[in-house]
Amino acid sequence: MSDTLYQTINTDALHRRALPDRIAPSLYYDPALFEAELERIFYKTWIWVAHESELPNSGDFRTTTIGRQPVIVVRDKSGAVNVLQNRCRHRGATVCEEHKGNAKGFTCPYHSWSYALDGTLRALPYGDGYEGVCEKNDLPLKSLRVGIYQGLIFASFNEEIEPLEDFLGGAKPWIDLFMKQGAGYPIKANGEHKFRFKGNWKIQLENTTDLYHFPVVHKSWMKSIDDETAAVITSFMTSDDAFCRSLGNGHSLAVLVPELVDLDHDDGAPLPERFNDLVTKLAERHSPDEVRRIVRSLMGVGFNLNLFPNLALSMAFFRVLRPLSAEETEIRHVALAMDGGPDEANRVRLRIHEHFQGPFGFGSPDDAEAWERVQRGSHAGPDVPILVNRGLNRETTAANGEKTAHATDETGMREAYRQWRAMMEQA
Amino acid sequence: MMDERNTLFSQQTFARAVEFIWREAEMLDRRDYRAWLDLWDTSGFYVVPIDPSTTDYAASLNYAYDDQDMREKRVQRMTSGYSASASDAARTVRTVSRFTLESAASEVVEVKSAQVIIAYKRGVTTIFAADLSHTVSFASGEPRLVEKVIRLIDSTEALSAIGFLL
Repeated sequence: MSDTLYQTINTDALHRRALPDRIAPSLYYDPALFEAELERIFYKTWIWVAHESELPNSGDFRTTTIGRQPVIVVRDKSGAVNVLQNRCRHRGATVCEEHKGNAKGFTCPYHSWSYALDGTLRALPYGDGYEGVCEKNDLPLKSLRVGIYQGLIFASFNEEIEPLEDFLGGAKPWIDLFMKQGAGYPIKANGEHKFRFKGNWKIQLENTTDLYHFPVVHKSWMKSIDDETAAVITSFMTSDDAFCRSLGNGHSLAVLVPELVDLDHDDGAPLPERFNDLVTKLAERHSPDEVRRIVRSLMGVGFNLNLFPNLALSMAFFRVLRPLSAEETEIRHVALAMDGGPDEANRVRLRIHEHFQGPFGFGSPDDAEAWERVQRGSHAGPDVPILVNRGLNRETTAANGEKTAHATDETGMREAYRQWRAMMEQA
Repeated sequence: MMDERNTLFSQQTFARAVEFIWREAEMLDRRDYRAWLDLWDTSGFYVVPIDPSTTDYAASLNYAYDDQDMREKRVQRMTSGYSASASDAARTVRTVSRFTLESAASEVVEVKSAQVIIAYKRGVTTIFAADLSHTVSFASGEPRLVEKVIRLIDSTEALSAIGFLL
């Protein structure tokens, strides 16, 4: 029997499946490639895990997952944020199954090993069986590297990883601009929508800077808003001021409403009429300048910032993706509020979020439908590439290496796949 | 005597409310959304909360928190043909049962119940199980929905996006 009858999976050359202007469809469904992505991307780089506003007090925690690995993000007594593997050092059980809460520590339900908020193993029952066998000090909950920028908490399994600020690089000034939508108040996470779609995580990754799809997929949402807002939101289709840009390290940017890029710069344009009632209420307790600042920030900033591989700062919310398998992905849309800001304005922000986002929103279900169609369709013609070449004919490169093209172009996707290729090439 | 009359009134109203809720369920499974809009009192709210314990829906992020305007827009979206997810929505069959009468004022009753929806699309069936609360007004003679709250048992988990109404 010839050796060639045996199927072998060679993952050495996976990176070659993504070219600068096209990708192989198997990037969306190959399970071996998916496993390699977990190892080489999700367990190697900085992954966003939480926002600091979710952990205001000592003992506050939230649980999440990096790839398949459950972790706990927790603020300890010293005020430091720890990201701990959610796994008892004894026999591997999770030590916390709540989404969020406040705890004095974490106790394993199996044999009652208990851990402090910094992961230290505090106690285990009937310790005589371990005398001379192992030391408690050697068995804390494993902790990850943690980096925080503008309240965004990232973690990494990679002890050798570059500093977070270097990784964010060209995206940092855009993160700073995004946070201005607090209108003078700190940004606070204010609930989230969570849904799954049957498709690969990179289909969502591509989508955040894909403005080309917007007027097509979201037609029913646009018909449900006033003409004034719809015109502003879609002006990028014909505007020369809107653009898509690569920012390095896989990060990218799509500017769709240029006049709302820097919310500190007020162009003096009239406030949208649909907020008239809110303007009247706010004026009772706020100066005219403050009212303008708050109302101009309600829709968020005029851009989507895509941070490779799992976070987007998308106009007025955080988009977080989690790969579940090659062909299934979980998405979270985290709503944002002005922490300590006027309730009536924060409620308007909630209603705007509900209108578009989430599994029953007017926007997300249509995105999910399009993405699932991509997943199903990409199985046809394994040799037929997925194109990411739109706008190559008009892309310009700045001295710092950032590439810019029209708002509807695929410059952002190309940057994500450039980073993907570089990381997948590392053995 | 008075108590007996009240009890009789409550039972009759409860029975009318249950019949009304079943009629609503049938309309939703048939996607007869225009007719569904007519079941509503214009001041009413259609709510799908996320937080299992919240009652202050306005101050919370919900899956849906629809006044009359948003209900009309939602129905318009579902029926317009412009939404790919709604145009190719799952077919549904729902069962509503385990009715209890929570409260009954002179013209308004609150009925709690259990709802199980089986949704079928492209070879996959999905279950949406929820506790329902209907507040129904009989002030105009005909029953009208004043509030409908759908508390999905998995509301804090990741759900599937849908193109139909719960």
